[in-house]
Amino acid sequence: MENEPIIKIRNLFKSYGKVRALEDVSFDVQKGAILGLLGPNGAGKTTIVNILTTLLKPDKGIAQVAGFNVAENPQAVRARIGLAGQFAAVDENLTGRENLELAGTLYHLPRAVVKERAQKLLEEFSLTEAAGRLAKTYSGGMRRRLDVASSLIGQPEILFLDEPTTGLDPQSRNELWLVIESLVKRGTTVLLTTQYLEEADRLADHIIIINEGKVVAQGTAKELKSNLGKSMLEVHVKDRHKIPAITALLAQFNPSVNETAEVVAVPITMGTQMLLEIIRQVESAGIELADIELRKPTLDEVFLNLTKKP
Amino acid sequence: MTETSSRVAAQGLRWTISDIWAMTWRGIIRYIRLPQLLVFSTIQPILFLLLFTYVFGGAIKTSQANYINFLVPGILVQIVIFGSVQTGVGLAEDLSRGLIDRLRSLPMARSAVLMGRTLADLMRNIFVMVLMMTVALIIGFRPGGNILAIIGAMALIALFGFAFSWVSAAIGLSTKNAETAQVAGFIWVFPLVFASSIFVPIETMPHWLEAFAKISPITVTVNSVRALMLGLPVGDNLWQSLVWIIGILIDFSMLAVWRYRKI
Repeated sequence: MENEPIIKIRNLFKSYGKVRALEDVSFDVQKGAILGLLGPNGAGKTTIVNILTTLLKPDKGIAQVAGFNVAENPQAVRARIGLAGQFAAVDENLTGRENLELAGTLYHLPRAVVKERAQKLLEEFSLTEAAGRLAKTYSGGMRRRLDVASSLIGQPEILFLDEPTTGLDPQSRNELWLVIESLVKRGTTVLLTTQYLEEADRLADHIIIINEGKVVAQGTAKELKSNLGKSMLEVHVKDRHKIPAITALLAQFNPSVNETAEVVAVPITMGTQMLLEIIRQVESAGIELADIELRKPTLDEVFLNLTKKP
Repeated sequence: MTETSSRVAAQGLRWTISDIWAMTWRGIIRYIRLPQLLVFSTIQPILFLLLFTYVFGGAIKTSQANYINFLVPGILVQIVIFGSVQTGVGLAEDLSRGLIDRLRSLPMARSAVLMGRTLADLMRNIFVMVLMMTVALIIGFRPGGNILAIIGAMALIALFGFAFSWVSAAIGLSTKNAETAQVAGFIWVFPLVFASSIFVPIETMPHWLEAFAKISPITVTVNSVRALMLGLPVGDNLWQSLVWIIGILIDFSMLAVWRYRKI
């Protein structure tokens, strides 16, 4: 039981009319992990979150959260999760504190516990000063923080964050990242969807890339980069007029040219041997180089590679 | 075994009531924090009352020597109908802001979202009704019925408004957008309100319209309220009104719950 995943999805299917939102999605999330669900708009990320949070029933397949089947025992699942959806779901006509207390009441917590937890969350999310103000006066970042705080009042085992930083300025985004990181230190499992690779790279231990309703890759950020991206050798020439010459020289290695940056880039597909071969050829051709650089792939390149349309 | 299950059931019921109360409180707060909503729902009927009493009233011939005595029972019904449109608007607003998704992910009673909203609007309706009644008494409304009949009439109006709140809830949950819910709510309410005995005796209408107005739930309810408040015989109106109210409540609460589940 110890290693039983806290979220378990097997062969999940979901269609909206003729549109297939999910096609045979399976994955696990281990307790205490941050899972990043990465994919472009319409990939099926929100559909997965909605199924796991009991808002939507799958057409086929099994989704288990904290040991409970979401379709058969939704109320037990709800008592163990928190959801901060795509919109900051705050009641604008309540104050920050009232929003938190309302959520706490609806988790059926005793009044004193609700008050105490609300106060603590307000402090942790730097909302103490704004606690008595109506949420409609909050900035986008504050609303988001209040939204995430509300989803935590039940002290959920698993927190679902659906594109939590969409539309936030870099500073608010950073603040939210810090909060999420501190949550995981306390043992909360987090499932986070995002379109931003940077976010997945920074936060998630494990990343699942989905595209058009299918899991196209998964692993740690490092694994994804090394398995799916290629290192690039970037050759910077001193004289830009030499670019065509060097391109012709390296034609067999499939080079790409960035004219403005005066760079010729070659994907390294065959390891060190290839690297030495290229340098030797350039040297013997007598082309002067400004710099030569071996660059690891970014998650962006991995992502674009995987999700590009054929 | 049965003892534990009955304890569980008792706790479930307690939680359901506490959830409904929490959601009702939240709905009432909305009217306190957004006074323009309350102003809209009080000023507008007061203007109607004054307009019809002092401007059109003289030209309208009714069974009552004093038009205001004819008008007030009707206006009170009109208030709760217009007010019930807010139920759908509020739900559509919550829906478009993602609030309903959050609520649906909580371990709360599923019924509490709709019950809370409709009960909050019931409270709001009662408040506005009492306020209107006060204004009406000040400007010359003289109900001849006994106090119990008048209170009974007010209760009937409140119940009628509650039933219409469920119609509005079903509309709001279908439109999913506050502006659309507002328009969709009023579009069918307007002709229904005017093609009824709220402002004029329906006998003065063309026959086809009179036939429609005669069976309208609004007409039978207004007629009951008018009879109760003025101390006249209610006839068949009261039971017809109750049948309408119960029918609307059952059908539209089921429809609203079904829409809520399908979100």
